[in-house]
Amino acid sequence: MHELSLAESILQLIEDAAVEQQFTQVKTVWLEIGQLACVEQESLRFFFTVVTEDSIARQAKLEIIDIAGQAMCDQCHQVMMIATYHQACPQCGSYALHVTQGDGMRIKELEVE
Amino acid sequence: MCTTCGCGIGQTRINGQSMPSRHRSNTRLRYRPMQSAHDPAHEQAAAPVTADHTTDTLHFGTGIAGTHAPGMSQSRMVKIERDILTKNNQFAAENRRYLAEHCIFALNLVSSPGSGKTTVLVKTIEMLRGRFPIAVIEGDQQTDHDAARIRATGVPALQINTGKGCHLDAHMIGQALQQMPIRDNSLLFIENVGNLVCPSGFDLGEAHKVVILSATEGEDKPLKYPDMFHAADLMLLNKCDLLPHLTFDVDLAISYAHRIHPGLPVLQISATLGSGMQAWIDWISAECHRAAAASQLPQHIDSTLG
Repeated sequence: MHELSLAESILQLIEDAAVEQQFTQVKTVWLEIGQLACVEQESLRFFFTVVTEDSIARQAKLEIIDIAGQAMCDQCHQVMMIATYHQACPQCGSYALHVTQGDGMRIKELEVE
Repeated sequence: MCTTCGCGIGQTRINGQSMPSRHRSNTRLRYRPMQSAHDPAHEQAAAPVTADHTTDTLHFGTGIAGTHAPGMSQSRMVKIERDILTKNNQFAAENRRYLAEHCIFALNLVSSPGSGKTTVLVKTIEMLRGRFPIAVIEGDQQTDHDAARIRATGVPALQINTGKGCHLDAHMIGQALQQMPIRDNSLLFIENVGNLVCPSGFDLGEAHKVVILSATEGEDKPLKYPDMFHAADLMLLNKCDLLPHLTFDVDLAISYAHRIHPGLPVLQISATLGSGMQAWIDWISAECHRAAAASQLPQHIDSTLG
């Protein structure tokens, strides 16, 4: 359900950008969503459509770029791709992994008129 | 739900009073609707749901990345490059600044419904009451039952009802801090909405998130809901007085929690009987001490607790 809040946050950032950059229509929104981020993409798409109704981003296309999860092992310093937080290091078996990429979610850019 | 944008703000109430909208834009936005409602180039393709037939599991959110294709001649690209949670994080930073200025040490208690957050709070208040000021912000979708339980202990409590919302956010806490006179050098407990998913992503400006797991839940909760255990700085394992009657494997639960969050401190407690609660009080004391040493925080609380 918190995808509703995330969709609203996205619209707020778009509206801020509209004031600063003087555009009146958003055609495409590119997001970067980490594989480990606590967000369900289909839910986010649904709520994005809901919250952008009657807004500057009405009918804008939502493009989501997946960012793979990456971590470094605190024990043996191996760098690896991970899909979940509970994966073990493939080299030494340790669970002491430090996430280095893929736990964030950002608005990357907009196509506007 | 707010009719302006569909956000959940419209039903959010603090002590029963409607909360002001966070739509603070002073500039009137002009916008044009898209020319064609059915531009084939902009049709949303349904992202796939993959089925794992061997384990009867459906995996959502496995859609492929979109490609980058700026279109019409009038179009232009605008770089944003901002975290989606930027707004929440700005409110959280304001809260953190306010709390630091007033030497208030804030803990955000998170768990699934029914794990005993309010009982832990009531017991904690009983153990600390009279030694220094305590305040509580309660978050629930509906009712002020929890705030009433806290107020019965003599400690001021403010209830936030999130309506349809599934978590507290930093803006709500900012509003609550404005309405609630919290004395300097206080401990502030924020009891989040009972939900092991959504509150994990929302910084409220607290010093620490504390996750509560109870022995009546499954040992594998940390694996099923990893984000919360990853975000927390302490895990309280509550209802340990019931362990003789349950099949709950404490060591397994802790090992699962450590897979998600290596080194996460775990305290085994029973809020009902009081066992293990002194270790929890000691943890609060130690973290207060650490925060005070690091910068700004309550020397007063620290000396009282220590």
